[in-house]
Amino acid sequence: MGRLNSAADLENLRQEILAKRDPNKPCVTICSGTGCHAYGSEKVAEAFVANIQSNGLQEKVDIRRTGCHGFCEKGTLVVIFPEEICYLRVRSDDVPEIVSTTLVEKKVVDRLLYEDDDGQKIAHESEIPFYKHQSRVIFGNNRLIDPTNIEDYITLGGYAALAKALLEMTPEEVMEEVKESNLRGRGGGGFPAGRKWETTRDAPGERKYVIVNADEGDPGAYMDRSLLEGNPHSVLEGLIIGAYAIGSHEGFIYVRQEYPLAVGNLNIALEQARELGLLGSDILGSGFNFDVKIHRGAGAFVSGESSALMTAIEGRVGEPRPKYIRTAVSGIWDRPSNLNNVETWANVPLIINNGAEWFTNIGTEGSKGTKIFSLVGKVKNTGLVEVPMGMTLREVIYDIGGGIPDGKKFKAVQTGGPSGGVIPDKFLNLPVDFDELTKVGSMMGSGGMIVMDEDTCMVDVARYFINFLAGESCGKCLPCREGIYQMLKVLNRICEGESSEEDFKLLDEIPEVLGDSALCALGQTACNPVLSTLRYFRDEYEAHIMKKQCPAGVCKALINYWIEPEKCQACMICLRNCPVGAIDGGKNLIHIIDQEKCTKCGTCLEVCPARFGAITVLSGVEVPEFVAQGTEVVRG
Amino acid sequence: MVQDVAQTDEIIDKYKGDKSSLIQVLLDIQHENRWLPRDALMQASQRLGIPLSQIYHIATFYKAFSLTPRGRHSVSVCLGTACQVRGAPRLLDRVTEKLEIKPGETSDDMRFSLETVNCLGCCALGPVMVVDEEYHSSPSRKELDEIADTCE
Repeated sequence: MGRLNSAADLENLRQEILAKRDPNKPCVTICSGTGCHAYGSEKVAEAFVANIQSNGLQEKVDIRRTGCHGFCEKGTLVVIFPEEICYLRVRSDDVPEIVSTTLVEKKVVDRLLYEDDDGQKIAHESEIPFYKHQSRVIFGNNRLIDPTNIEDYITLGGYAALAKALLEMTPEEVMEEVKESNLRGRGGGGFPAGRKWETTRDAPGERKYVIVNADEGDPGAYMDRSLLEGNPHSVLEGLIIGAYAIGSHEGFIYVRQEYPLAVGNLNIALEQARELGLLGSDILGSGFNFDVKIHRGAGAFVSGESSALMTAIEGRVGEPRPKYIRTAVSGIWDRPSNLNNVETWANVPLIINNGAEWFTNIGTEGSKGTKIFSLVGKVKNTGLVEVPMGMTLREVIYDIGGGIPDGKKFKAVQTGGPSGGVIPDKFLNLPVDFDELTKVGSMMGSGGMIVMDEDTCMVDVARYFINFLAGESCGKCLPCREGIYQMLKVLNRICEGESSEEDFKLLDEIPEVLGDSALCALGQTACNPVLSTLRYFRDEYEAHIMKKQCPAGVCKALINYWIEPEKCQACMICLRNCPVGAIDGGKNLIHIIDQEKCTKCGTCLEVCPARFGAITVLSGVEVPEFVAQGTEVVRG
Repeated sequence: MVQDVAQTDEIIDKYKGDKSSLIQVLLDIQHENRWLPRDALMQASQRLGIPLSQIYHIATFYKAFSLTPRGRHSVSVCLGTACQVRGAPRLLDRVTEKLEIKPGETSDDMRFSLETVNCLGCCALGPVMVVDEEYHSSPSRKELDEIADTCE
């Protein structure tokens, strides 16, 4: 492959690659995203290589390791093209059968297919309910692309938007298109990207920077990671187009070092783009110069804040600064710097290719386009889902997510990460977009959607986030450093049964002070998880404070494990598994937990066979004492 | 533990001695040694012309850096929100009990270092534990014993 010097060169290259590839040639794609990798996708891929070879098919079948397909619950995912047969939960032991049955005999292996609630098998990926209800305009290409091969991206029309922008449009026209699309920042703020671009373009100064924020720090959110790992060129293409519109020639990609695969795939992508003249000087013969550096973040949640991130790129400690002057005007080395999130940049090529009007046809009045969410927690189909803005929470959680597992009841969904809030069941019909989520006291954030069931304690959830933020507060400003810590002390008291009604007052006062006085958004919004749980689940706070009771049975200091004598079958399982030897009993003798010795680790509850269900969590009541040691079990 | 002067030089050369690359240099030193030896930091200070105090500011600010030697096997327990609601605190209790160290600590025999992390992006496996890049979904006490036995 030589350097590309025009749009025609790019199209010729695409045609050349297409001519080499037979669309009817079978191709085995193996999801190698983080989730599937953890399940052992590499072993599956190696098994395919070996089995295809031993069957003499290496010339007849392609193998492709792709980025994340999204249906992480069912990994490792294997999709066989051109039929698009989708196999779930594939282990390396399954591979010989797939090769002999599907690739040789052209038959489907039924047992590896998706099975719906009625026992109906579904062979095609796009017909599986998890995928069927999604609109995967950004994320969908992940499953077709080997992220380490730029040819795959180009075959799908990659870099055509860049050619169009650089060679057919002026920077002003590109800017207008993005402004008209009303693309809003996907990192959490929801600020219109076009307006931010314009501020940087119009700011005084010759040297300007564009930055990809891939410091995805919200616990429970991993869509940026999967996009960067699975389709790095889509982000890069968006960034170059943005740089052209803004008039920037230098860019940075700030990516967490915790994402080594993303860093690796990005490095490969940059190298391949440079070789083809899609990055560097005189891009596609347009005369426009632009290059990018990767900056690895060293693990600090606060460094995802724009001013902190820019300080870190300068090589200094990533702490925020007061933003009297926006970073769009004065950012890295006090020069105009435009920062957008990974997903925001990935939207740009689509807008340029399809036009602003296409984009504004998707979504709601105030929020256009699609959004990728990581749907996790107590939900059947854990994974990454991309839906048009405005889809209701119910559709996302039930139609796509399959609802709550184990017959449990939905309690709330947490969105927006540590700055967000919880949304109770009465708002399940709420359309998901930037403005609607804010109205009910939460926010869109970067797209984490953590589903919680009846076994989740809302006070504990608030404490979890406050504890996280107490560890992540950089300590530069006093309100955040001390305020979050005090809030944590209050919540610890509540969860440990040592609080009084006085604490309600502190729960009101601390958030107010923090909101008014903290330096950056981390501190200002730190109390949102407390405020929203207090707003919708005040009864749980009252139970903890007034009755010393944890209704969900989570807070250790407020619960006791107890064996129901009528249900105990004296099977010895809990007795043997208890790590502190707190369970008395014997063969045919009802087991009893010695409350003095019990450390409340929950092991007995986990190991007690479901058909007995003899372990009960008690809270706010005395442990009954009506079985004498050595009582024989009665089997009905 | 002796740090490799030539190796640290090589790392700094890779970034052409650019001051703004300090965090990247420290990440590479950490990666090679599994911690930041004081001698390496002094070398970086001299070569990059950055005061040692400023380097320590960074080395103590970020979670990726360790100023004490780390164990041969790294154990991470994910405390991301999804793992949290699926029982990560109980998993962490099991792990701390098994290894007899708390998060952030290294065992006296240098066999294990334990850490907690916030979301590893494999929420479907939650609660998850990672030992030397091997992922384990909600390991029981028995499984923890087996995993520990494979670590020398």
